[in-house]
Amino acid sequence: MEHKELNLLNEALGFHNNNLYGRFVLVEDTVDTTAAFVLHQILKHSFSSHPSSSVIFLALSHPFSHYDRILRKIGCNLAAQRDNKRFFFIDMLMLQFPDEGKPNDVGFAAVFEKIESVIKALPQDNTKFVTIMIDDISFLQVAANGSSNDVLDFLHYCYTLTSEYGCAFIALDHKDIYLNEEKPAIISEMEYLADILVKAEPLATGLAKDVHGQLMVLHKQHGISPVKIHNFHFKIKENSIECFYPGTKI
Amino acid sequence: MAESICRSLRDGALEGELAPTLTIKDSLASPFSFNVFSHILLQLSSQKSQSHGIVIVALSRSPSFYADFLKNKGVELSSSNKWIHILDCYTDPLGWKDKARKSGNVNVVSDQISLATSSYKSVKDMDKLFLAITDLGRGLVGENKVRFCVAIDSLSKLLRHASLQSVAGLLSNLRSHDQISSIFGLLHSDLHEERATAALEYMSSMVASVEPDHHSSENCLSEKNFTQGKFSVRSKRRNGRVRETSEKFKVEAEGISFASISAEDGTTVAGLLPKVQFNLQLSEKEQIDRAKVVLPFEHQGNGKPIQIYDGRRSLEESSGEGAPISRCKNEDSALGEIIYFRDSDDEMPDSDEDPDDDLDI
Repeated sequence: MEHKELNLLNEALGFHNNNLYGRFVLVEDTVDTTAAFVLHQILKHSFSSHPSSSVIFLALSHPFSHYDRILRKIGCNLAAQRDNKRFFFIDMLMLQFPDEGKPNDVGFAAVFEKIESVIKALPQDNTKFVTIMIDDISFLQVAANGSSNDVLDFLHYCYTLTSEYGCAFIALDHKDIYLNEEKPAIISEMEYLADILVKAEPLATGLAKDVHGQLMVLHKQHGISPVKIHNFHFKIKENSIECFYPGTKI
Repeated sequence: MAESICRSLRDGALEGELAPTLTIKDSLASPFSFNVFSHILLQLSSQKSQSHGIVIVALSRSPSFYADFLKNKGVELSSSNKWIHILDCYTDPLGWKDKARKSGNVNVVSDQISLATSSYKSVKDMDKLFLAITDLGRGLVGENKVRFCVAIDSLSKLLRHASLQSVAGLLSNLRSHDQISSIFGLLHSDLHEERATAALEYMSSMVASVEPDHHSSENCLSEKNFTQGKFSVRSKRRNGRVRETSEKFKVEAEGISFASISAEDGTTVAGLLPKVQFNLQLSEKEQIDRAKVVLPFEHQGNGKPIQIYDGRRSLEESSGEGAPISRCKNEDSALGEIIYFRDSDDEMPDSDEDPDDDLDI
């Protein structure tokens, strides 16, 4: 029954033909509607996408125990995957660059180097099935003391990994923290860069008991595959998420 | 017109003149400047032009992307290193990977690309970038009067790495270089302040804007906005005149195609009517019948005074104020007449104006 409920999301993200490899997926959410469940779903699916796939997870907002607990509820054992060297958890909860006296870009370069070295350490054939996830980008900005240029440089380098190794690169960011800025924000720059855009927004009609928000998944044109937009509503339940077309919630 | 832009770029610069420069501008509502950019790149690669080589400054796409793109479009790549060269500012723009290699932590992975590529690792330095571009160009075409063309993958990326002054300086130097035939680059207008966009537009001889068909106030994304839109070009001629043209464009799997805006696409009154189950328009007969209807407060011109009941008969003899027009006519019929010009004769039926606005009660 869990599969049926999440069918729409799986289909929209293109799990059935491994659509995410070689692409940058940007997940945007707001305070009212969190899209963390999208990350969890992609995380769970990346292990089943290929027998030798692996995930590099840059955690800036929650510790390992948080993800372990949540993924266990949806049927995925992160601790086991970590022991099998398929899940690399890079804990960056205490990340703060200027503190150590080093400039921002040196700090970010070091983080990037760490990611690249993990990929390079994998067997040659497996480098094509790596998924890199960042949760989330707003904390990178905090670590860089607000310098969006350094964060964008870092994201660019992560993006080059998608073309160099064919990795999937997934990042979560919050749209409403940029609302008051006059200067164009990181989020616009990333929207240009993204191949797949997943946006979670509250309903235009306000809060509701049965529908927690709406999700829009946009696949930009990539080679010969055409533009595709999926729109549906979702409800967050205790152990899973239910996705349905607007108006079809029973 | 996309065709005329390509022609201007192919014709290139005259002796002693600044090189024609094209800026392709878009926004998140219709983010297709790269499609236009690659279309122009293809046109310049496959047709004869003043320039004998192209230098692509690749900032937002990898060199292998360009190699695949040109190969898929049928451009012969085996002899390509005689006329095309990529300055790779994408793979390692700030030299991070270089530093990692120097410290011995990471092995070098060589990429087999069929296009000649040089990597460039100091993207924040515009002077060095200018030298790199011109060196590459001279390497392609030689030292004589032969010219080359410069394609900048993203001016937006340059503006992020360097100040507006230095990017403007770079463009200015490129335009005045006597071996550069033409320059074209793309810009995302919503990533920069207006003055940055305006400065670059001012320096360009042609500005092509990619816009959605309908500007919507909400942030709604429709598949329509992501497959077609409007392409407007503003070009400065040599004689100083500015010419503006508009076209429609459509993005398909094969690439981008342009078509002129035809009359049917302009919004007509019929197009504005909502699609409902009842007929909102008038047929011929209905229009004629409507014209025949006698309206109150209007003289029919048969000489007789018209008595119109206004519900105030009791006051008829006592007061003369608040009288309808016909009563005035009763008194003045011997002396003159009131000619009433209907303003609403000029209007089509069902127009927004309230026909009762003309009444003077």
